[in-house]
Amino acid sequence: MLGWELPPHNSGGLGIACLNMARALTKEGVDIDFVVPYTAAHTKTSFMKILPATSLDPIYRYGGGAYESLNVFEKNIPSADHKMHFSIRDVQKEYCDYVEKYLKTNSPDIVHAHDWLTYEAGMLAKKEFGLPLIAHVHATEFDRSGMRTGNPLIHEIEYEGLMLADRIIAVSESTKRIIHEKYKIPLSKIDVIYNSLDEEYEASKYSFDNNTYKYINFLKENGYTVVSTVGRFTIQKGLRYFLESAALAVQKNPKLIFILAGDGEERDGLISLAAELGIAKNVIFTGFIRGRRLRDIYSLSDIFVMSSISEPFGLTALEAAHHQDALILTKQSGVSEIIWSAFTYDFWDKKKLADEILAIASHPALKALLQENVKKEYHKISWEQVAKKCLKIYNKNVKHKRN
Amino acid sequence: MRSICLYLHMHQPVRYREYSVFDVSNNSNYFECDFNDRQSNERIFKKVAEKSYRPTLHLLEKNLQKHPTFKVSLSITGTWLEQAEKWAPDLIEQIKYLVSLGRVEILGETYYHSLAFFYNIDEFSEQVDLHARKIKELFGTQPKVFRNTELAYNDSLAKWAEEKGYEGIVAEGWDKILGWRSPNYVYRPAGCKNIRLLLKNYRLSDDIAFRFSNRGWEEWPLTVPKYQNWINMDCLRGNLVNLFMDFETFGEHQWADTGIFNFFDEFINSWLSANENQFVTVSEACKLMAPADEISMPETVTWADTERDLSAWLSNSMQNAAMQELYAMRDEILNTDDEGLISDWRHLTTSDHPYSMCTKYWNDGDVHAYFSAYASPYESFMYFMNVLRDLSYRVSEHKK
Repeated sequence: MLGWELPPHNSGGLGIACLNMARALTKEGVDIDFVVPYTAAHTKTSFMKILPATSLDPIYRYGGGAYESLNVFEKNIPSADHKMHFSIRDVQKEYCDYVEKYLKTNSPDIVHAHDWLTYEAGMLAKKEFGLPLIAHVHATEFDRSGMRTGNPLIHEIEYEGLMLADRIIAVSESTKRIIHEKYKIPLSKIDVIYNSLDEEYEASKYSFDNNTYKYINFLKENGYTVVSTVGRFTIQKGLRYFLESAALAVQKNPKLIFILAGDGEERDGLISLAAELGIAKNVIFTGFIRGRRLRDIYSLSDIFVMSSISEPFGLTALEAAHHQDALILTKQSGVSEIIWSAFTYDFWDKKKLADEILAIASHPALKALLQENVKKEYHKISWEQVAKKCLKIYNKNVKHKRN
Repeated sequence: MRSICLYLHMHQPVRYREYSVFDVSNNSNYFECDFNDRQSNERIFKKVAEKSYRPTLHLLEKNLQKHPTFKVSLSITGTWLEQAEKWAPDLIEQIKYLVSLGRVEILGETYYHSLAFFYNIDEFSEQVDLHARKIKELFGTQPKVFRNTELAYNDSLAKWAEEKGYEGIVAEGWDKILGWRSPNYVYRPAGCKNIRLLLKNYRLSDDIAFRFSNRGWEEWPLTVPKYQNWINMDCLRGNLVNLFMDFETFGEHQWADTGIFNFFDEFINSWLSANENQFVTVSEACKLMAPADEISMPETVTWADTERDLSAWLSNSMQNAAMQELYAMRDEILNTDDEGLISDWRHLTTSDHPYSMCTKYWNDGDVHAYFSAYASPYESFMYFMNVLRDLSYRVSEHKK
């Protein structure tokens, strides 16, 4: 398996999904060597061998820049044989070299590559060693750039990887559609396998202490409704629309508090937008948070909004459901394909989002039912099911090769 | 004599549009939207008229002309009639003609296809009267047999209908109530004297209404000889077979290409070709025989779902909140004497509205989801409550 991050050295959902999938696959009897582009201890992950492709600290796995920033990407893509680890391309080059060396002494049955970062190494395995290649798409460059142009080099790597792969796994129907429409890959080559909630997340002990956030509790006791959203502040997440919608809602009901948890290149713009819209008092920016504090935000919230312009899956919605928030999801998110007990809207439809927030805030019956029903529903898909589906795909493609 | 009592139900709700909270106090058009919108009443009515109402009325007309003993009973809601007047007046003319032949009977019910009986008995009575007036005005007849919305029936409804002077009332022939008894007799509702109870033979009715085109059904395909044989066998337990179903069974629930029209046409022919067989209307059925027994249904029984109760309409907290708030507004609304306001409010009592808020099967995404005019039960509730807010606003404007 070729990946770019594993917890605890992860910045987002990709690492969590890879870990859970790999764990469930080993339970199905699959032997996995997992290649990561850095050297670090993964003390809790003993069920598979984790191979360090470089001697870098995990912090540098995305090169000098941050993964989330398109702008930084563009500035940071020098020639691939640059010896200094300044850009992600250099890390990728070393990653490929490592995989090549590994394959000279090892012969796996199949190569499973996660996202464009590892596709070059995957293609190498296929071209040079004749191994069947499964390309797993957690996000495309179109998603990351908010359905705008994106980075042409990344498009090219994605396109090549997807063309060459024996089989493609997409995390939702909408991702499958994007792969088909943008990269012209036949639909018949793509399987959809939805993610599930992180097993560790669910198993770990957590209880919310009502005394931690006295100010917010005070507001709630006075009839306020807390609406939150969590994620990187990038164009992909549609947060400007979210704030404009918040302003519409506040006109009708001033007792609304919006919590934006996260950080990213859009942060300053969002802060000044909230001020321009005259809702600075209703909006709270928490900065980047994870772990217990993130759970606190879910627990405090009445409503969780996933406002993404494009979201291949949307793990945070499942986390929020676990903490019994009423969900509002954009129709452009993969998670809205499997969660039915939720409101949906098109990311640009500010009025509809405001309508939905206001409706939940003013009708306890609606809020209770949404919260209750989503709690029953978010478990629909388990990692065991995910692994079984992957295994089926492996078996088909492995056999094909050997015959 | 063996009798079939064929009774078909015609209804279309007037659906509210995606009414935003930002429309409240600015725009009181709740029911009209663009022709291509999901809730377009005009589009839906015209579509069903084309697929079902017209061809089925044609089939009935043909058979009424061909067989002097063919008879049928219809229940037609006020909201259906209103929409037909606007978008398919030919249908009304055709029904008028059928009624004039003397072998088509129209049942009584609430004008708005509402569940008012369970919320406000005055409102219920008034809606029944409104309906009777509309039927009289259009078809010149007086309903003699009563059907409540979704065949929602209980003992107190029967008592009400008896006091109102109805000769009969229809209900579901549900096994849990009937026990060893057969639905193929006339019964007397518990505590009543004169009124008669007709019970739907749900097996034989649903063979046509639900199963006809189901290829997974072991009896598929259903042929006329097979079906007639089933009816003959069933008549060993009483000579009156009550086939009650939606009018839209023909052409909409079962599409024309399933062969439903030919099947039914042929069936009428085949049934009437035996001398001992006949069709009866609902009021004739009530007089066919003395009541076989007294039947009591203290709890409400409907013709819906496997539970045969009102849970698809009135079980979750949204449905309850919506209906309670709606009926709580009644006095204020009526006090305004504003006809438009009263009519808008009454259109919200239609049972299809709470039905579209049903979450019972929502997660499985089955029938209830498939037939809904809204993206989800939650959205339906949201728009409904926004409309109620605007109604309240209009009431407050009246008080000024």
